Amino acid sequence: MVRRYLRLLTVQLKASGLQALQYRADFFTDGFTSLCWVFTALAPLFVVYGSRPEVEGWSFGEALLVVGWFTLLQGILEGAINPSLTGVVEHIRKGTLDFVLLKPADAQFLVSTQRFLPWRAFNVLTGLGLFIYAFLLLGRGPSPLGLLTSLLLLGTSTLLLYSLWILTVSAAFFVVRVDNLTYLFTSIFDFARWPSSVFKGVAKGALTLVFTYVIPLALMTTFPAEAMLGRLPALSLVGAVVGSAAFAWVARRVWIRSIGHYTSASS
Amino acid sequence: MNARGLLRALPTMLRVSFAESVAYRAEMFVWVLSTTMPLVNMVLWMAVAKSAPVGNFGQADFVGYFLATFAVRQLTSAWAAWLINWEVKQGTLAMRLLRPISPLWGYASDNVAGFPMRVVVALPVVLLSIALVGADKAVPQHAWQWGLFLVAVLGGWAITFLANVAIGALSLFLDSSQKMMEVWMVLFFVCSGYMYPVEFLPEGLRTVIDWLPFRYQMGLPVELMTNAHDLPTALGLVARQWAWVLGMGALAVGLWKQGVKRFAAFGG
Repeated sequence: MVRRYLRLLTVQLKASGLQALQYRADFFTDGFTSLCWVFTALAPLFVVYGSRPEVEGWSFGEALLVVGWFTLLQGILEGAINPSLTGVVEHIRKGTLDFVLLKPADAQFLVSTQRFLPWRAFNVLTGLGLFIYAFLLLGRGPSPLGLLTSLLLLGTSTLLLYSLWILTVSAAFFVVRVDNLTYLFTSIFDFARWPSSVFKGVAKGALTLVFTYVIPLALMTTFPAEAMLGRLPALSLVGAVVGSAAFAWVARRVWIRSIGHYTSASS
Repeated sequence: MNARGLLRALPTMLRVSFAESVAYRAEMFVWVLSTTMPLVNMVLWMAVAKSAPVGNFGQADFVGYFLATFAVRQLTSAWAAWLINWEVKQGTLAMRLLRPISPLWGYASDNVAGFPMRVVVALPVVLLSIALVGADKAVPQHAWQWGLFLVAVLGGWAITFLANVAIGALSLFLDSSQKMMEVWMVLFFVCSGYMYPVEFLPEGLRTVIDWLPFRYQMGLPVELMTNAHDLPTALGLVARQWAWVLGMGALAVGLWKQGVKRFAAFGG
């Protein structure tokens, strides 16, 4: 069972890889635009830290780690999650999801792996670059334990992002026109740019609650950054792991439910 | 087509575009909701200003500034570059070219007809801003300020739209100019005062930005809305803005005229 799905995954990856190789120049253009967009995340930080050495307990180097995680996850989102799931919306609209449902494999697996854009992974490289720069500024390296925890959190963050996406896409079964819902999703993700503690002062902490429990953006970028700095409480780590597993479970339930609502275009 | 024909056609075009914008209101609403960038930055700056004000800006000033940014963004946004890219790629630009009126008027009317719907969205935000920080930090206080603000919003929209047309027209030379539009957007984000008031930038950079178009797309209307300038300064800035409108207009029309000659649709 697992081996079969792994083989399927390799096939799908190979197909996307070959497609990407046809457009090799995209590596540079995507890379260039990725660097440009990173600059929009950095510019406000430069301006802010030009006037303050520290904001809500985060120094420039530390906040840079959060931006690094934001960029890295954006790479994963745009390279591995977005393309496939935009494809689902297209399938639902045209009614061609039938062909996916007919195949003898799990539909969620098939649609989630149908397309990858490897060149978008440039964002991941940019994120890694930001980590190195941040630790150079901080004048120390991350602890081995911290690195390990942050790797674990990379897993949970990706799972969270993916689950949120599945939830958004499930909406497509009911309202169909969601191609700009996907855009909305990306813009809400923008709130994960800054360390989550900056939300403390707004609306008496209501935003912190929203971004920790409802749309867990804080978990995705701030927790891994804190883990790298070695100051993430153990309880938060457990919370992140349990929370993302729960989110994934809910997303799976919702997906199965919504797919029951699918009506093909012609019948 | 002569000017009189244009004047006769425009009201009908605007009516059609307005009907379209009403029909796609849910979609527009989602677009509005995805304008999160001013709010993302508002939160950051509020945290920064919590202990002490930054320059002239306290927490309330930031709220006023960024809510104004949100409202101005609704009124000055244009998306013609993406539309032109798409229509050139699909070949549907041919349909527009068949009409006895330049497609640029069509793109403009699509944009302008969205205004009423966008005002409906921007207005509650402005009212919220007044409720939160007081009228003197949220809206212009004198008649001349209102007048200049409206002129600046119009100018900001014109620069945005004409830049969109210019970059869109480049797709006729380069197959696709979407990446170029992305680079333009990045420059807009960083240089326009969309993410932070431009007055926080170091002196040298500000001189550069005063000469670039981006600030006049966003920063200037917002500053006029939050009463940041006295009359002479405001007049000078608005004059510069309209110089950019003229320059960008010449560039856009020139590129478009050259580009359309190269257009070739498939089929037949």
